Order: sequence, then structure tokens, then C-alpha cells
Amino acid sequence: MQLARVTGTVVASVKADGLEGVKFLIVQPLDRHGQPEGSPVVAADAVHMAGPGEVVYIVGAREAAQALPETFVPVDHAIVGIVDAVEELGGARG
Amino acid sequence: MKVGRVVGTVVSTISAPVFEGRKLLVCDLLDAAGKPDGSYLIAVDAVGAGAGEAVLIVDEGNSARQVVGLTTAPIRAVVVGIVDELTVDGEPVLTQA
Repeated sequence: MQLARVTGTVVASVKADGLEGVKFLIVQPLDRHGQPEGSPVVAADAVHMAGPGEVVYIVGAREAAQALPETFVPVDHAIVGIVDAVEELGGARG
Repeated sequence: MKVGRVVGTVVSTISAPVFEGRKLLVCDLLDAAGKPDGSYLIAVDAVGAGAGEAVLIVDEGNSARQVVGLTTAPIRAVVVGIVDELTVDGEPVLTQA
């Protein structure tokens, strides 16, 4: 799993079967210091509560679909938690 | 599997149900010389690893789900061991502090 920041939302009225009701967000992966790393990806929101600006953690590959109500769906990244804080050795960071 | 070092934890109140009550460790991944290679993973702790420890991480879903005992869990990375010693080409590159 990786840290990421939600930067936007995706609205798609036509989606593959099984993706009805699944919210998609654009997330920017972060390094462990909170700096952007790599390209943004579209992730399914499996916690239903993530919004723009929030730091989340995402799971990639096949496991992403496991986080959704319907697990055999074409999804390759999913938000599985919202980060309150990353506590690093020698100090906490929000 | 990968060798990493625990450098922090993730605190999360809102998460997929499978993560409730589980410790999430931020782990720097180490190269063959035992140095951070610049990448990291957030892994579910299955062995009680602590800050600063070198650990063994499995980053593959089937194994991960087997370890946590949930066949439908959206989990891929799990800390499955604590490394006591790592030897490469006969040279010790890592010893547990």
C-alpha cells in the first residue's frame, strides 16, 4: 500500500458492469514524506468518505477490487483508508 | 519477498473494515547492501514488528490474505518476519541493532 493525496473526482455515467455506485477519485501517490511521487491515478473509493485534499492509503493491483462490494470488477487501485497521521521515528506528522 | 525497515506507522480511523485493529507499518525497502532504495510500502503487521527493525515483507495478495486469514481482504503487503541478519556474497550487510 502507498500513501496518496486525493486531488480530484471522476464522474463517469457509463461504466463496466459491477462498477455502479462506485466512486472514483484522482489520487496523487506520495512518498513517505508526503511529497508527490509518480503520476496520478484513478482509484475507487472503498471507504466512501474520502474527499479532495485528504491523505489516504491505496492498494494496487488485483487486491484493489477486493475492497469493493462487488469483488470481480475491473479496478486496479482502491482507497482503503484515510490517514489521520503518519507517525515517523522521532516525531509525528499530520 | 522484500526486506525493509520499519520507519513509522499509519494512524487511520476511517478504513476498510479489515484494517480495524491492525497495525500499519511504513517500511523503507532496502537494497542488497542493506540501504534504503528510495521506495517504501505500507504493510500490515503480522509479527509485532517495531520501529527501526529490519523486516521481511510479502507483497503479494494471495500470501497476504493467507497470513491475515481472510480470503477476501484487500491487502497485499504484510510484514511476515523480523530479520536478525542478512548476508550477501558472504558479507553481513544487516544485523539487528
